Amino acid sequence: MKLCYQMDEKYEMIRMGAREFAEGEIKPVAGELDEKEEFSVSLTQQMGDIGLFGMTVPEAHGGQGLDYISYIIAVEEIARVDGSQAATLAAGNSLGINPIDIFGSESQRRKYLPDLCQGKTLMGFGLTEPNAGSDAGATSTTAVKEGDSWIINGRKTMTTNANTPITKGSMVQAVTGARPDGKPNYTCFIVENGTPGFTLNTMKRKLMWRGSNTAELFFNNCRVPSDAVLGNPGDGFKQMLATLDGGRLSIGAMGIGCAQGAYEAALRYSKERIQFGRPICKQQAIAFKLADMELKIELARNLLYKACWLAENKRPFGKEAAMSKLYCSEIAREVADEAVQIHGGYGLFKDYDVERFYRDQRLLQIGEGTSEILRLVISRAIGC
Amino acid sequence: MNIIVTVKQVPDTHEVKIDPKTGALIRKGVPSIINPEDKNAIEEALRLKKSSDDGQVTVLSMGPPQAESTLREALSMGVDRAILVSDRAFAGADTLATSYTLSMAIKKIEKYDLILCGSQTIDGETGQVGPQLAEWLNLPQATHAEGINIQGNLVTVKSNFDSVTRVIEMKTPALITVSNRINKPRYKHMNKVLRAYRDKAVVTWSKEDLKLNPIRIGLNGSPTWVKKTFVHRHSRDGIVIEKPAANSAEDTLDFILEKALLKF
Repeated sequence: MKLCYQMDEKYEMIRMGAREFAEGEIKPVAGELDEKEEFSVSLTQQMGDIGLFGMTVPEAHGGQGLDYISYIIAVEEIARVDGSQAATLAAGNSLGINPIDIFGSESQRRKYLPDLCQGKTLMGFGLTEPNAGSDAGATSTTAVKEGDSWIINGRKTMTTNANTPITKGSMVQAVTGARPDGKPNYTCFIVENGTPGFTLNTMKRKLMWRGSNTAELFFNNCRVPSDAVLGNPGDGFKQMLATLDGGRLSIGAMGIGCAQGAYEAALRYSKERIQFGRPICKQQAIAFKLADMELKIELARNLLYKACWLAENKRPFGKEAAMSKLYCSEIAREVADEAVQIHGGYGLFKDYDVERFYRDQRLLQIGEGTSEILRLVISRAIGC
Repeated sequence: MNIIVTVKQVPDTHEVKIDPKTGALIRKGVPSIINPEDKNAIEEALRLKKSSDDGQVTVLSMGPPQAESTLREALSMGVDRAILVSDRAFAGADTLATSYTLSMAIKKIEKYDLILCGSQTIDGETGQVGPQLAEWLNLPQATHAEGINIQGNLVTVKSNFDSVTRVIEMKTPALITVSNRINKPRYKHMNKVLRAYRDKAVVTWSKEDLKLNPIRIGLNGSPTWVKKTFVHRHSRDGIVIEKPAANSAEDTLDFILEKALLKF
């Protein structure tokens, strides 16, 4: 009988390791970083020091050599404490490191991966544009070949990790011509910060993920060498789809972590808060909410781990990745919302962590594939 | 520089609850953790090893088979080797039987410059095993270390006790017990977790692997045993004396003398 729900002790050790770090180093400062909308280089580098970056990159390439489930568990545990640091970590791994590891040339790997996998540098993934969100086909950033280099013009927005003091650069999707059928040809370029013609602007005044760096990228006749191409010219579209599938798993992990953190806070509070002479968890109205939270998180986790298992075993997992991201992000919203409700008036104050979890979950239904697009992906997968 | 660190798997006493009826500890369902000061000892060993050229940090533990996960935790922090000494015959051991058994395992390891131990556990809290080990092995010892310095075969240990600072200099091999003030233990490293399970074996030694005197091990080798564990019940009973101050002084003195709070 092949079905098994026992997790190896190794995964418990990964979980414990990430949790101890999150509670020891992130928890004491998360509220302040959120309040000040400040990115922490120190926390990022500490995450690198314990091997949280490059988790699925082979040891031979400078990574930690772990499997997908280990990575997802680590992201879950960081998100259980703080969404901003989890975003830095998840985007750093799924969008900043994995594309280079999977699609990059040997020299690109050697050039960028060692520092990225140690948390010494970060890399962004410039995909979204002001007029190209769900409609990736409306990308208007272009790259034109000129001799031995390419000239990039255009703009990217809402790119995580792109403009921190330790950012090395970003991978940028650009249109590089048209296919025979008229559809655009995409190519991905690695553009280093500091390249002439490439400027950045950090986007502030966010509702959530305030401790995570989000930036706009501007390309004005930005010249890059031909070895800046990730893989081969024309590979951009399939690279983007593959990257998104992996990214969806890590967003799912962020949803579970957020839900778990909010749920535990609500459970704890419900046992301490006395009204009508007894803890409010003794009121069924409250107990039932908590029971539903436990149920949703359990379901979400099972689905996500199955999607990870499929990915790890090189089976098609696009549908499951979409389902996981969709479900995990939506239960994060529901659980965080009810967690605030259970806290009553206190849940509306920043002194209580649930207030931040209530805000931090909001991106999860939007980024890396809106819930609407994911439903499209799933419905296409089932033949609609 | 070869360093041996002794570690113990203990129940997480923060999670231990007291049975309200018997006053005894409820151990069931309590998670097991690595004794906190043993983590400080591991951290110190890793730091000391780093500053020397080569050598190994070995963790050693005496415990039931499930103590293996504690050793994997130590491997996840970066120690080189892990040895578990485990046998039904060791069960019921007090500190003396434990330190005897550990000393025989250390004799089997043979090559070491330093033995590091946590100064005490959070369950037994005797602080005895470290010093006993030094005696079994005929080694110089320093306890409650807050700073360790090694130059060649000379080790200097600094300890703080209230208003007194003590500095001890010893020749290696030596044994040191560390206080939790000595350092901040490192977090587990993800790649080291992978290696702890993929590359490293936890070596297990049973009674047969060590040349033990049977009357010194386990329950039979224990001159002490825990008779009772209970929680003090505190009450705030007292006597209220409702007389003017001049008259109540006599009653107060009588009360103090009767309860023997002061002796003259």
